[in-house]
Amino acid sequence: MTERGFETLQIHAGAQPDPATGARQTPIYQTTGYVFRDVEHAAALFDLKEVGFIYSRLTNPTVAVLQERIATLEGGTGAVCCSSGHAAQIMALFPLMQPGCNVVVSSRLYGGTITQFSQTIKRFGWTARFVDFDDTDAIAAAIDDSTRAVFCESIANPEGHLFDIPAIAKVTSKAGLPLIVDNTTATPYLCKPIEMGATLVVHSTTKYMTGNGTVTGGCIVDSGTFDWSASAKFPSLSEPEPAYHGLKFHETFGHMAYVFHGIAVGLRDLGMTMNPQAAHYTLLGLETLSLRMERHVANATRVAEWLENHPAVESVSYAGLASSPQHDLQQRLYPKGASALFCFALKDGYDACVRAVEKLELISHVANLGDSRSLIIHSASTTHRQLDEKQQVAAGAGPNVLRLSIGIETVEDIIADLEQAIS
Amino acid sequence: MDTYTDFSNKPAMPDSNSDEQLKAILRGTKTVAVVGVSTNPVRASYFVARYLHYRGYRIIPVNPGHAGKTLFGEKIIASLADIPDEIHVDMVDIFRRAEHVPAIVDEALANLLPGLQTIWMQFGIRHEEAAEKARSAGLNVVQDRCPKIEYQRLFGELRKAGFNTGIVSSRLPTGR
Repeated sequence: MTERGFETLQIHAGAQPDPATGARQTPIYQTTGYVFRDVEHAAALFDLKEVGFIYSRLTNPTVAVLQERIATLEGGTGAVCCSSGHAAQIMALFPLMQPGCNVVVSSRLYGGTITQFSQTIKRFGWTARFVDFDDTDAIAAAIDDSTRAVFCESIANPEGHLFDIPAIAKVTSKAGLPLIVDNTTATPYLCKPIEMGATLVVHSTTKYMTGNGTVTGGCIVDSGTFDWSASAKFPSLSEPEPAYHGLKFHETFGHMAYVFHGIAVGLRDLGMTMNPQAAHYTLLGLETLSLRMERHVANATRVAEWLENHPAVESVSYAGLASSPQHDLQQRLYPKGASALFCFALKDGYDACVRAVEKLELISHVANLGDSRSLIIHSASTTHRQLDEKQQVAAGAGPNVLRLSIGIETVEDIIADLEQAIS
Repeated sequence: MDTYTDFSNKPAMPDSNSDEQLKAILRGTKTVAVVGVSTNPVRASYFVARYLHYRGYRIIPVNPGHAGKTLFGEKIIASLADIPDEIHVDMVDIFRRAEHVPAIVDEALANLLPGLQTIWMQFGIRHEEAAEKARSAGLNVVQDRCPKIEYQRLFGELRKAGFNTGIVSSRLPTGR
């Protein structure tokens, strides 16, 4: 196998010409079912004896191309796509957790993830322990016998705070636990968590991966390197699965066990499937990922530098700024840039934030990020609204803070719009 | 290099067999002696042998603990030395720990030449000395890989489940 460059892989990985028609662009296989050759073929597919298409809740040719492409770009062994980033988080935890188990998670996360982890997963009997992931001793201290995974974002929403993934991976490796890294904001162009020691990578493909604000989607990538049978902690993967005649996923499928489990149990029974139309839009977006991320980073750097010098601005959180306390970490682990998501605080507080959002003409007031359009949101009154003020501040979403997702428009136009809104 | 290279835990790409060599081996093989095959349907050795049988390969099961029983339509035999002359074995697939590999290779060279083409060692199994001996006898050697996975990867099957096949090509896919 020849090692190909990132820009080649973002276009070609997973996508040979269509075997049925020769179509060069990946066709949208808009079908729910697939005809079996005969009864023996059907039985082989249902027994996991042969890999193939049964029903689009499980696998679909268009979605499969996207899965292989993301797995390849992340340097993983395989990937499972699903309906949203939130679905990816549940799907990622599902094979690892049992009732009574906990996941140790970063306190700096997207607000919706904090709600999912602090409230909703309790109904499955799971709990989350929130810890400052800049403090690796605190992560180690939070891990106990019931911990089954450790979870953080590589570049955290909303502030664009960067994490030292190799240092965190040392802690999880010592504890014999999988590290799950949400790489939504960084994308594999800026950060490859698996190379830094992560076990699993999750994405909201809705964001930079698709890049145009068209479809929601999620993805879980497995590194293929975790030994699920080394302890008794992961019985879904290491113990016999009753629904498959006592098959042990890890023993039978080795490094492919987690992905097969994600399809054969996760998608089969949770049903959080990605549809082929969504996979199509995301495949189109990925073809230009490197180009878009370069421009996102360049524009974000210009805008952050301009904001930093503006008299109405109290602070700017962008890790790509030379003045950022995270600058060294950015240079060392995120050398291609700190993405284009960050916050800035206005000296005049909550009311000034609301006024600024309402005066913007070009930048959209939207609860999304990673679009080609520049987006803004007042996190405290929207995405982080379900949190109390202490949680908001801990998550970097205090009352006088605005979150920007800088797009790939002409940067002078982005700056001019901010100028008229905050001055 | 970066400080995190210690953690470079990419799946191992274990030896120098090119995709073209592996395809040629899988296309040129008709009969596989599977040494150490289990009769337990959830064990990997059973699963792999069953898959190869399903794909049309003749499987000669080798396991002294189950000699005389029938598996995949063939009688299980105790050792490679017991394979009757009229059976032409193209590949020996080894499911035994590395320390047992030299004896198996010696037995294969003593009993299965000139027909034998390939010694294949499963995931996690390598033995450089035995491999060299087999190569010197003109055989292909594959180490630390699984023929089921390679078949599924090279002939388009793993692609259907979203695995990273490492195959980038603008040619129409070809089957076995």
